[in-house]
Amino acid sequence: MKELLVGKLTWDSLPHEWTTIGGTFTIILTGIILSVVLTRTKRWKWLWKEWLTSVDPKKIGIMYFIAGGVMLLRGGLDALMIWLQQALSSGDSQGYLSAQHFQEIFTAHGNIMVFFVAMAFIFGLINYIVPLQIGARDLASPLMNTLGFWLFIGGIIMVNMFFVFGGEYAATGWLAVAPLSGKEFSPGVGVDYWIWSLMISGVGTTLGAINFIMTILKMRAPGMTLFKMPLFTWGSLCSMMMAVTVFPLLTATLFLVYFDRALGTHFFTTIGGGDPMMYTNLIWMWGHPEVYVLILPAFGVFSEVVSTFSRKSIASYKSAVFGMIGVSAFALSVWLHHFFTMGAGADVNAFFGVMTMVIAIPTSVLVFNWIATMYKGRIRFETPMLWFLGFVAVFAIGGISGVMLAVPPINFQMHNSLFLVAHFHSTVIGGVLFGVFCALSYWFPKFTGFRLNERLGRYAFWCWIVGFCMSFIPMYVLGFMGASRRLNHYDSSTGWQPLFILMLIGGIVIAVGVALQLAQILASFIQKKRLLDTTGGDPWDGRSLEWSTPSPPPFYNFVTIPKITSSDAYWEMKKQILPKRSYEDIHMPKSTGVGIYISIFATLASFAFVWDIIWLIVVSLIAIIVIFVIRGFSEDSEYIIPAHEVQRLEEARIAKAPIATNAHENNSSEEDMGLRELIMVVYRFVMDIIKNKRWKKW
Amino acid sequence: MVEQAISHHEAEANDRVMFGFWIYLMTDLLMFAVLFAVYAVLHRNTVGGESGHELFSLPLALSGTLLLLTSSFTVGIAMIAARRGNKTQTLLWFGVTFALGLAFLCLELWEFSTLIGEGQTMQTNAFLSSFFVLLGTHGLHIIFGLLWMGITMGYIIKRGLNSNMLRKLAMLSLFWHFLDIVWIFIFTIVYLGAFV
Repeated sequence: MKELLVGKLTWDSLPHEWTTIGGTFTIILTGIILSVVLTRTKRWKWLWKEWLTSVDPKKIGIMYFIAGGVMLLRGGLDALMIWLQQALSSGDSQGYLSAQHFQEIFTAHGNIMVFFVAMAFIFGLINYIVPLQIGARDLASPLMNTLGFWLFIGGIIMVNMFFVFGGEYAATGWLAVAPLSGKEFSPGVGVDYWIWSLMISGVGTTLGAINFIMTILKMRAPGMTLFKMPLFTWGSLCSMMMAVTVFPLLTATLFLVYFDRALGTHFFTTIGGGDPMMYTNLIWMWGHPEVYVLILPAFGVFSEVVSTFSRKSIASYKSAVFGMIGVSAFALSVWLHHFFTMGAGADVNAFFGVMTMVIAIPTSVLVFNWIATMYKGRIRFETPMLWFLGFVAVFAIGGISGVMLAVPPINFQMHNSLFLVAHFHSTVIGGVLFGVFCALSYWFPKFTGFRLNERLGRYAFWCWIVGFCMSFIPMYVLGFMGASRRLNHYDSSTGWQPLFILMLIGGIVIAVGVALQLAQILASFIQKKRLLDTTGGDPWDGRSLEWSTPSPPPFYNFVTIPKITSSDAYWEMKKQILPKRSYEDIHMPKSTGVGIYISIFATLASFAFVWDIIWLIVVSLIAIIVIFVIRGFSEDSEYIIPAHEVQRLEEARIAKAPIATNAHENNSSEEDMGLRELIMVVYRFVMDIIKNKRWKKW
Repeated sequence: MVEQAISHHEAEANDRVMFGFWIYLMTDLLMFAVLFAVYAVLHRNTVGGESGHELFSLPLALSGTLLLLTSSFTVGIAMIAARRGNKTQTLLWFGVTFALGLAFLCLELWEFSTLIGEGQTMQTNAFLSSFFVLLGTHGLHIIFGLLWMGITMGYIIKRGLNSNMLRKLAMLSLFWHFLDIVWIFIFTIVYLGAFV
């Protein structure tokens, strides 16, 4: 009876270790604080109507960013815990973590950073920027977009659920290699949490990717041919094309792992004729293109930034586009370089080794495009440009070590060593994360209407660069010295401990950098009047269409859809005299809670799959189908804003807009608030609350 | 003028949705591609058990194939009727398609239950795991398609055939043809392959 009701759940599943109790406590405390604040400020309805049920890609983009930021802190904490363990546990000392716990942490770190940080930021950027860049008012299927987003949130919930129920996450590494992930070797629910969090967020990604392909290919402004698209849109298109190609492979593979665990099939088992190496093949067929799904939009960001901040259009636009297409095409045929040591034979290894080296060619084409763009440009060194330069340096190291690893004989030596770990951190932190930070400082004025604090931004950048070198250069060295990855203890005779300690210090410097970034955003909000963008939405003298809209853009993006004549659409428009404004009726999609409802049931179903609660699985699946039917046959998902209403909104906005000044008079970054000043402001604010007992009014 | 603009807007939206549905079908096809690849790798791993040659019945598989191919034909007729705006004909031919699909499903379930009755389950060996999962996934799609068809028929009775409904029917028929194509591959690779 009990089994029918709650499946495998028992009292022992509730938290009883310091980590899970801590995690549960944090989750509950955050929940309580948030609900108290929302209730006190009477914001529940506002939150539901304006944000949670919104289909506006700009709002969904910002929600992706917030989710990604929170998960970055969560995954960063994991990284610090790993480094601390490795710095301590040499010789007699076993460190402060058990082996099992250490394994769970590095698994969670990898999953969270790739799926819930990098993907979140990339999808957030694409959501916000792509419709603006192609001159579209909304997306091809706004519903699919919110559904994708909420399924992604469901994935975040599932990846953290183990804190509350079950108390263990997968201890298998981020790709849960078989047969270790089978029931025989991982009997607990950790791997099931892994499967289902990736499953629902992966389905969300597929939906989002289909939607963006539809949007980019079908909804561009008149005149914008494929070869007049901005490069960020190109990067996003390539990335989304790859995502729809490989994410179905992930979904299918996850199902097979689940069947092995739950139904006793023999796909990847060691007995019954199963083939564990087939799992490795399948998962890397998804896994390798996945990192290119992440990096291509970042390449797009760098192309936009380097061209804007050099005041030149991108050098050899077409070769940049073909570079991106080349990277995405080759990316599908290199997956085997992750397991040269499997023993597929010299021919197979040689093919994949060569393909891996070939992929460096289109990538280098892009790097040379950027360098050629800077050549003879009038470069401005503001934070977006700093992030770009940091990227070139770090990514070059990562790329070169990648080509080294592509040589099978070298790879046999370096396989599963810290050298490899250092390599992919160089590319993913240097490429994706720096790209996201670059994009954030570049497009922040578009999101909010004021710029980010330059001064703190520079501090944060230098902390990241210095911290990165301190933690990952020793990692390359350790890899050469023979340190393997996922090492929770090593002998003191190896003499590695000083390097591990150096890595920990580097990690702390990076953490300071992250803290400075948070301080930067806070300081920018405090000083928002001074940082106000008075140029009518174009603070950097931009070139692509998103800068032609006011900041933040109205929910319908464009009053009239522009006609495009060049790949630097807005740069050309600025040279011309604007035609007189005319207003037209605008079709907009209605807000809808369908995405949230489906995602709630999908999350419940995943939870039920983890714990074998049959009735909950059935109920949730039926609920999902019912919601789909009701929504699918409703004929009322759009509304029209009449032309006179658009005119009223626009005139109200123009009346409120700050007086326009020249873009470059306002760039005196010396006046930006420094750290000491920020601390003083916060201190005074807190003292004011305490002294005047303001909390009593709450 | 206004009406024209709206219908133009609608036509564009229809075009986009159909395009998106095509991409979705391609992603689904990739899922099947994985299952086919897995079957190709594992189909010899019977671990001493019986192989497909001994287990499968070709007449059974052929009847299923014929049922499904005919249903693909009838769904085509139903679409022609729908485009002409003939509500009774549309319902009739969708009804026939539904019946054929149901018959196919029954045959497949009967085959599965016979196999399981003989002790040949998905837990027996890797060959049968991949067989059951590949065919089961296809069968699940058929169930989903039948559900979709039934509900859509209900809505045709209630609302008639407007342009919005035509788009939904076009997606449904695409989906049905897609399942047919996948089945042809299953028939060739799984059944005929076992007897080569």
